[in-house]
Amino acid sequence: MIGEGIQSTNQRKHSYVQENVEVGFFTDPTVCIGCKACEVACKEWNEVPDDGFNWSGNSYDNTGHLGASTWRHVLFLEQDRPKGNQIAGTMSLGEEDPFRWIFLSDVCKHCEEAGCLEACPTGSIVRTEVGSVLVQNDVCNGCGYCVVSCPFGVIDRRPKPLPNHGGAFKCTFCYDRQKSGLVPACAKVCPTESIVFGRLDDLRARGAERVQQLKQSGYDDAQLYDPTETSVRGIHAFFLILGEPEAYGLPPKPQVPTIYLKSAWTSAILTAIGALIAVFAAFFFYA
Amino acid sequence: MPDEKRLERLREEAWEKGVVAGRGVDVAGGPIPRKPGYYGEAVVRPPVWTWEIPFYFFVGGLSGMAAAIALVAALLHHADLARSAMCLAAIGAIVSPILLVMDLGRPRLFLNMLRVFKYQSPMSVGAWILFVFGSCAVPGSIVLELYARHAFGGGFDQVFKLGAGLLVAGSAFSGIFLATYTGVLIGATAIPAWFLHRRLLPIHFGTAGLGSAAALLELLGHRIAPINALGFLAAAIESALWLWLEIDRHGAADRALHEARSGWLIRGGEILSGPLALLLRGCALVPLAAISFLLGALISRFGWIEAGRVSGNDPEAVFASQR
Repeated sequence: MIGEGIQSTNQRKHSYVQENVEVGFFTDPTVCIGCKACEVACKEWNEVPDDGFNWSGNSYDNTGHLGASTWRHVLFLEQDRPKGNQIAGTMSLGEEDPFRWIFLSDVCKHCEEAGCLEACPTGSIVRTEVGSVLVQNDVCNGCGYCVVSCPFGVIDRRPKPLPNHGGAFKCTFCYDRQKSGLVPACAKVCPTESIVFGRLDDLRARGAERVQQLKQSGYDDAQLYDPTETSVRGIHAFFLILGEPEAYGLPPKPQVPTIYLKSAWTSAILTAIGALIAVFAAFFFYA
Repeated sequence: MPDEKRLERLREEAWEKGVVAGRGVDVAGGPIPRKPGYYGEAVVRPPVWTWEIPFYFFVGGLSGMAAAIALVAALLHHADLARSAMCLAAIGAIVSPILLVMDLGRPRLFLNMLRVFKYQSPMSVGAWILFVFGSCAVPGSIVLELYARHAFGGGFDQVFKLGAGLLVAGSAFSGIFLATYTGVLIGATAIPAWFLHRRLLPIHFGTAGLGSAAALLELLGHRIAPINALGFLAAAIESALWLWLEIDRHGAADRALHEARSGWLIRGGEILSGPLALLLRGCALVPLAAISFLLGALISRFGWIEAGRVSGNDPEAVFASQR
């Protein structure tokens, strides 16, 4: 919990991979300071190429959104609502001007039912021992089907890839680090423990507790973003958010596209059989 | 543009008009209109596919349904028609994988498509359908040709007849799914304009494939009544689908299908292969009807991929489809 200091379990060596323990990220924007160290650490450790040097003009966020070369993305949200009991505005004029600035580090959600994993035709995308979703880049041939199958718009193919890097890329949950008992680079470097890494069941309890704590402190619109009610059946990297998920570019009710298969295939099979019957009928009646 | 200059221009624009329309400093209460979601950023990712994929949808649909026509033609003793149709199927079976491999990010690993079979992935199922279709249609066309020309004569003819029969049947049964699975492929995704019409898409793609095969066979000189009847049927179904699509609107969620460039591509394609082809065929202008249908089938495939791109980039479409 916040303020655990050296008591925190977030930074310790672990053996989750060997023990097949489900792990996750809990990201808490109320303690994020928007330093983007997670973005930098992720890029450095995973040797992710640049994602363009564009000035977006969207607050202090020039990263834009998650993608093939952006595996962590710190959102800078500006809203004209109060943040907890904070008083904002020109007090000299005696009136309040509600304003809040929210930073949230977005990442691949590592869904319980992952659209990309189901869609992958090569078996390149797999579920690891710790429950994360991993792209095996030596197997991926870059067909691009996972890109349109991710309900969160995380995984992508690079528009102008380096030679032999035309596959799809996304957060690896630092699987290589985890195998060696290390914490993912972003969580390791996070100075405020806004990104917490740990056992999924621990984190879920911790998230619920944090929401209670915030609500008692006047953050009325604090809630967990973890779509367990939809076909995604929950995410392993979940978030605490203030207000509605739409403002964070998070889908309110994400669905794994496999739920559409039954109706689409029914239509396809009926059409296929219908076409064959139609051809037979045409030759039979007009011969 | 250098950052400072851009900032200066934004300031001037805000000063003059009171509102800045482009991407700017989106401060709450600032002079910039609020954008949906997070600064209007896309919530799902648009397709990365280029022209090869919609063109493959067209070629695959045409050749798949051509194989179905070849089977029926062979069974009902239209030998010349069966040979032409199998030839189209074989050409499609060769062109289709080339188009698909061209679009891959790492074309050299194309064989990884056959590494696993995943029934829950339409891309995997489709790769296997295409593999079966190709393995039947290409030798099928050759064997049928050898049989028709009595190349070896005597007892070989019976062997070739049996072989051709099996291969043509295999191509037809895989072909009808090659023409329709593409609708499932884009229908079972996170793109709102696509998944909202997942029932219509396979019908549309299958009908477009059947009509295209009939149209191309007519242009190749097979002007017979059954093919004309198929042309009528396909154009009639396409007309009905066009009306269905115009009626079955989902507001902001599928506006990419009705608005702007992508909307007009789909509408234009549907009109060309639907009412216009029907009208031309009704006036006995068969070659014109055939060309109109082929063009429409091709354009609407490009329209659907373009609509997916627009819809995927539209955060409001995603939110509207989930509310």
